[in-house]
Amino acid sequence: MSAADPAAPRKAARAESPLREAWVMFRRNRPAMAGLALLVLIILATLYGALLYGGDPYEIVWAPHEPPGATPEFPLGTDYLGRDIVAGLLTGGGPTLAVGAAAALLTMLIGVTIGALAGYFGGAIDNLLMRFTEFFQVLPALLFAMVLVTLFSPSLTMIAIAIGLVSWPQTARLTRAEFLKIRKLEYVTAARAIGARDGRIMWRVILPNALPPLIVSATLTIGVAILFEAGLSFLGLGDPNTMSWGLMIGANRAYILSAWWPVTFPGLAIFLTVFAVSLVGDGLNDAFNPKLRER
Amino acid sequence: MAGYLLRRLAYGLLLMAGVVILNFFLIRLAPGDPAEVIAGDMGGATAEVLAAIRADYGLDQPLLVQLGRYLGAMMQGDLGESYFFNRPVSELIGARIGPTILLVLAAQVISITIGVAMGVMAARKPNGVLSGAVSVVATIGYAVPVFWMGIMLIILFASIIPIFPVEGMADIRLRNEGWLERMIDILHHLALPAFSLAVIFLAIYARLSRASMLDVLGADYVRTARAKGASERSVLFRHALRNAALPVITVAGLQFGGLLSGALLVETVFNWPGMGTLAFDAILRRDYTLLLGVLFCAAAMVVIANIVTDLAYRLADPRLGGET
Repeated sequence: MSAADPAAPRKAARAESPLREAWVMFRRNRPAMAGLALLVLIILATLYGALLYGGDPYEIVWAPHEPPGATPEFPLGTDYLGRDIVAGLLTGGGPTLAVGAAAALLTMLIGVTIGALAGYFGGAIDNLLMRFTEFFQVLPALLFAMVLVTLFSPSLTMIAIAIGLVSWPQTARLTRAEFLKIRKLEYVTAARAIGARDGRIMWRVILPNALPPLIVSATLTIGVAILFEAGLSFLGLGDPNTMSWGLMIGANRAYILSAWWPVTFPGLAIFLTVFAVSLVGDGLNDAFNPKLRER
Repeated sequence: MAGYLLRRLAYGLLLMAGVVILNFFLIRLAPGDPAEVIAGDMGGATAEVLAAIRADYGLDQPLLVQLGRYLGAMMQGDLGESYFFNRPVSELIGARIGPTILLVLAAQVISITIGVAMGVMAARKPNGVLSGAVSVVATIGYAVPVFWMGIMLIILFASIIPIFPVEGMADIRLRNEGWLERMIDILHHLALPAFSLAVIFLAIYARLSRASMLDVLGADYVRTARAKGASERSVLFRHALRNAALPVITVAGLQFGGLLSGALLVETVFNWPGMGTLAFDAILRRDYTLLLGVLFCAAAMVVIANIVTDLAYRLADPRLGGET
């Protein structure tokens, strides 16, 4: 943890880009690489698994509640209607991941814009925007998302929008803090001195330097968004015609005492996905802040 | 301090007015005739009911007049009428708010106590086994869907180790017993829902208190305490933890909204008769007045929790006591 001795000769005098350096750090981090591998595997499985496997997740193919392992054709058993659980898992991941990614993107878009404006301009604008942010933090996120989805439509797009609308405040606060810190630095003054406009300074000078914590936060937001989507689908507020992991748990929950497998496997799938995302997020955090690593 | 509290309360009221205005516009932005939206899909939206709603809500008046009336009614505690249950929304919520508060507070107490204890123990040996365990628990707590956690506990405790009830809040057979028996019965029912919710948040507190204890344990005053011969327990809990607790209080306040969201899911899993199951019923019946009433009350709970957090922070940190 101690700072490098300034007198010591530097071996790598070559200037590396920070992103490249972070990637080198990230590659050495075993849990993070394991998380990345797991995540890639899950994404590939949800993209191509259903095609390779060939089963229809909506079709009743066997007796209901066939336990896992009892029939080789259906390795994880069947649900309360007699639908193949493996087929459900492979199909149900797509919407969950897509909504998670879209919602995280929207969260970043709103959060970074509001946080950047507040942090850069300060004063009355900052005050107003932060009051607005505080207001959104008062609304319990899941309940507000439930209201939005119920009042408007239970489509995947609406779910992504609802999750984005409820999760941006934290991103806004983080962005604001970074902008407040960076806007006082010399290179920002220098950019202003050569006549750069506000927009250019915000998006071209400050934002790239604020990126590392924002990338970490975006990764963790994907995890939170996936959990949100799962919760909404579990409650039956998702698109009822699209198979998803949360929906599988919700649809089978009435029978948990006679059949544990139809709820257990989709839950494990959600857990492993979010777990992988968080390992990657932690790894990125360590890679961008090597000094914090021992903590 | 009193002046500060007053200002905080005024700001809280302002935030609540914001929630009311948001509710007002949500109803009007929803597709369809607002009167029909308010009546709900299954509330028997006959012509008379619709006419009554139009008159009640003054839907024939200009938008700003409508908003003013709505705001005035809400601020007086009139949350409207549930056309499905045919009862005032405030009455329906009043019957359900207690169980939710009980669940949320129980989960908060469990997660903070166990989480902070884990964090403190882990901080004593930053590279020890317990420290590793805290990281593992923290990552798991972040990644497990709370409703799935509840379901797994039901499976475990209903069929394998049947020592806790897995549904509802009280055993109807005990309704004629004394208050003590009924209280114990409620706590017995509370165990699993509160624990499912606590597991998710425990991780946050364990991680946070470990990090802040590591900061504090290196401080001079901790060395002083050790030098004067204070026992290890006294050093950890009286000198270090008091200072390390500040970020825990802040985060506990920030997490309250999330805790409430989690409680809504846990309630539906355990059939806990709180605001979550009420909101869920409201959604099934498209009873928007009730749903928005629940949103309003939940937001009010968050506002109150934030004020309490601020006060707790001020009490815990004497440096802030007098100013602002």
